[in-house]
Amino acid sequence: MTALLSVRSGKAVERDAIPRLEFEDFRRAIVEAPSRRERVAALFGTPLQAREEGVELVVVLAFDEEGLIKVGSTVLSGDAFPSMTAECPQVHLFEREIAEQWGVVPEGHPWLKPVRFVRSQRPGHDAWNRPESEAPVVGVMPFYRVEGEEVHEVAVGPVHAGVIEPGHFRFQCHGEHVFHLEISLGYQHRGVERALVGGPTKRTIPYMETLSGDTTVGHMTAYCQVLEALSGCRVPVRAHALRGIALELERLANHTGDLGALANDVGFLPTASYCGRLRGDFLNLTAMICGSRFGRSLVRPGGVGFDVDADRCRLMLERLQTALRDTKSAVELLLESASVGARFEGTGVVSQEVAQALGLVGVAARACGLERDVRHDHPSGVFRLAHIPISVWHTGDVFARAYIRWLEIERSCAFIGEQLRALPTGKTRVPCESKTLASNRLCVSLVEGWRGEICHVALTDDEGKFSTYKVIDPSFHNWFGLSMALRDGQISDFPLCNKSFNLSYCGHDL
Amino acid sequence: MLKLLLARFQQGHRTAQYPEMPPTLPDRWRGGPSIDRGKCPVGCFECGDTCPTDALRIQSGHLGLDMGRCLFCTECMQSCPHGAITFTQEYRLAARKREALVVEGKVEPREKLLDEKLRRLFGRSLKLRQVSAGGCNGCESDVNVLGTIVFDLGRFGIQMVASPRHADGLLITGPVTENMKLALKKTYDAVPEPKIVIAVGACAISGGPYIDHPEVHNGADSVVPVDLYVPGCPPHPFTILDGLLGMLGRLESEPAWMARFRETGERIAAENLEAMKTWDLPRAEEAVKYLGADLRHAPPAPKDPLPVEKPRS
Ligand code: SF4
Ligand code: SF4
Repeated sequence: MTALLSVRSGKAVERDAIPRLEFEDFRRAIVEAPSRRERVAALFGTPLQAREEGVELVVVLAFDEEGLIKVGSTVLSGDAFPSMTAECPQVHLFEREIAEQWGVVPEGHPWLKPVRFVRSQRPGHDAWNRPESEAPVVGVMPFYRVEGEEVHEVAVGPVHAGVIEPGHFRFQCHGEHVFHLEISLGYQHRGVERALVGGPTKRTIPYMETLSGDTTVGHMTAYCQVLEALSGCRVPVRAHALRGIALELERLANHTGDLGALANDVGFLPTASYCGRLRGDFLNLTAMICGSRFGRSLVRPGGVGFDVDADRCRLMLERLQTALRDTKSAVELLLESASVGARFEGTGVVSQEVAQALGLVGVAARACGLERDVRHDHPSGVFRLAHIPISVWHTGDVFARAYIRWLEIERSCAFIGEQLRALPTGKTRVPCESKTLASNRLCVSLVEGWRGEICHVALTDDEGKFSTYKVIDPSFHNWFGLSMALRDGQISDFPLCNKSFNLSYCGHDL
Repeated sequence: MLKLLLARFQQGHRTAQYPEMPPTLPDRWRGGPSIDRGKCPVGCFECGDTCPTDALRIQSGHLGLDMGRCLFCTECMQSCPHGAITFTQEYRLAARKREALVVEGKVEPREKLLDEKLRRLFGRSLKLRQVSAGGCNGCESDVNVLGTIVFDLGRFGIQMVASPRHADGLLITGPVTENMKLALKKTYDAVPEPKIVIAVGACAISGGPYIDHPEVHNGADSVVPVDLYVPGCPPHPFTILDGLLGMLGRLESEPAWMARFRETGERIAAENLEAMKTWDLPRAEEAVKYLGADLRHAPPAPKDPLPVEKPRS
């Protein structure tokens, strides 16, 4: 068997260097990945070059212990391939996506349903043999059903009760007891990945900043790493530090907001209202750097769009300290309250085995005791120099997901404080020419966003344009984790479990 | 219990004094654009080529910036070699009419007031159902913020409700994806008459970053009639709040602090332009060459500046 090619995050390689495997070898490389302690970071289809008929599949495996990424590809002959999901559940959603986008059938897939309810990119090929004349209708698919006396179904969405993105949830219940929760998304599908092909264009940056609006810095950093690798641009250290500060501020704001939302869901109002305000304080710290609470226009190819002087640093430090102090008191109230503990502990448990099998990432994985953190495993930028310890907890329940957030808040604050006190001098941005990217390359870029691993994979064509630009938001790995957390739980636990994951709909739907 | 009280004491009272006091905005925040037409040479349209959403256009000879499409990314400001475009601290950007979002000179607050009849109905109590239709969750986040103690929307009698049947209107975000069109229509139909619709964010006004994608419908008014447009990507919570209160006739048109607020805003916009000098890019340098002269005309700093977020030195 030809081995996969080992690469590193944020480094470009020639496409010719990527081994094109026989399907059997490709398949083996994937299903045996977990036993080699590797996991599937991405698996996607890409059109074949030079008018060849068919689809090429590319796999990106992450070998976290060594900080390595392994890539390989295969060419599908015909409109079907044997599914790998039964042996390697990590690929379940990737295979569904491939089926939908390319009209190829992963035969034997136990759960083959559309993901975003769109037409395939190869006219005339459809995995479900739907006629050309019929546009797919969102949410129309065979839902999983449990039959039996007193078994009933509860369906909610796409429009929910709160100010929240749309998605459809179906519970198979027996009284309050949930047998299974099926999640059907796609409502936020706005065609971003399709529109990225042929780029970079002047719209590419706005696309990246809005892949998931609460993760602007995370996704932009991942994109910039790709662009910088493909154009051979070296980012100044000061810019790396500022990017790191922005990334951690994004984490602080979202984690704090989530802890407030969790408190709200169990009716613990003091923490809910304090955290709602504190989240804003962290967002305003980002706005102190760049004017936008969500870090728009902050991370730019070649560096960052804004600089901070000594006075601004000092003021930011002061505000950070006050915000941390207040957050600490708000979160301690929450985590020390016995009634909150009773609701958080043992609710929505995901076992470590399930988390491993599904390939969960980020907070959700670390709450199951999995030591997974891109900042540690595949460090780039400032994280090569400054190390943030991985926060793990083993119970896999709502409590664990809340507790990990709190640990990370403390650690991110410490990191930002350290950086602000000793910002490297020098430039904040160097020119980075996006018009002349290296042609026929592949680049994988990983960033630990606040939800977890953000993975961007770019493939360039003969002219240095993106022939495929694949974005895997952490939510893509984690939505099924939420389904598993609800199994054998109570339907009334859903809001709490949902908040404890707080996944992105738009990042999934792209 | 004691801990609870101590925490309560420490956290203090945090609700913003707006509208009695001016809003606090970050000094680098980019609000309403301002175009200095005098600086645009005939035939120049350099800014237009860089705008990701084609928000800039030349109409009857002068440059117009459509805030309904604008992402406030400042690419145009950076690429203009003549320093004709700046972004001010003007946060009062919402408008009743789509056309009113086009800025051709100095940005001015727009007309927001609802008709007398609706205002009498909703002026003291407005219940809104939010529908998210394909955006990036940025707008939703800043709508959510209005519910926190900082903004405390409830004190104005405005509330987000769980069902369209309990609502007086919809607050829509996102460009309206094909996959959300039907759900949006159904939600709209479920709101009892008379009803109003508020479109929040570039997406909901025009499609925003996703303008003209076949997967989206270029904004809320492609599906339902819109009564108020709130531009931004995402709009600042104060912009949304101003839009809502203005629509209901709950704001003084020129509060006592406004003159000084505007003055400070203009000074800051000028300072932000100056900051471009330090951006080590050939394009910016060129721009600054022209701006340098202009900065002399920037309004002087008021003696008693307002509390905008500005580092103390
Ligand atoms: S700031 Fe607005 S008008 Fe200017 S380039 Fe960006 S989107 Fe276009
Ligand atoms: S207007 Fe901007 S912030 Fe709002 S949903 Fe659209 S992309 Fe996101």
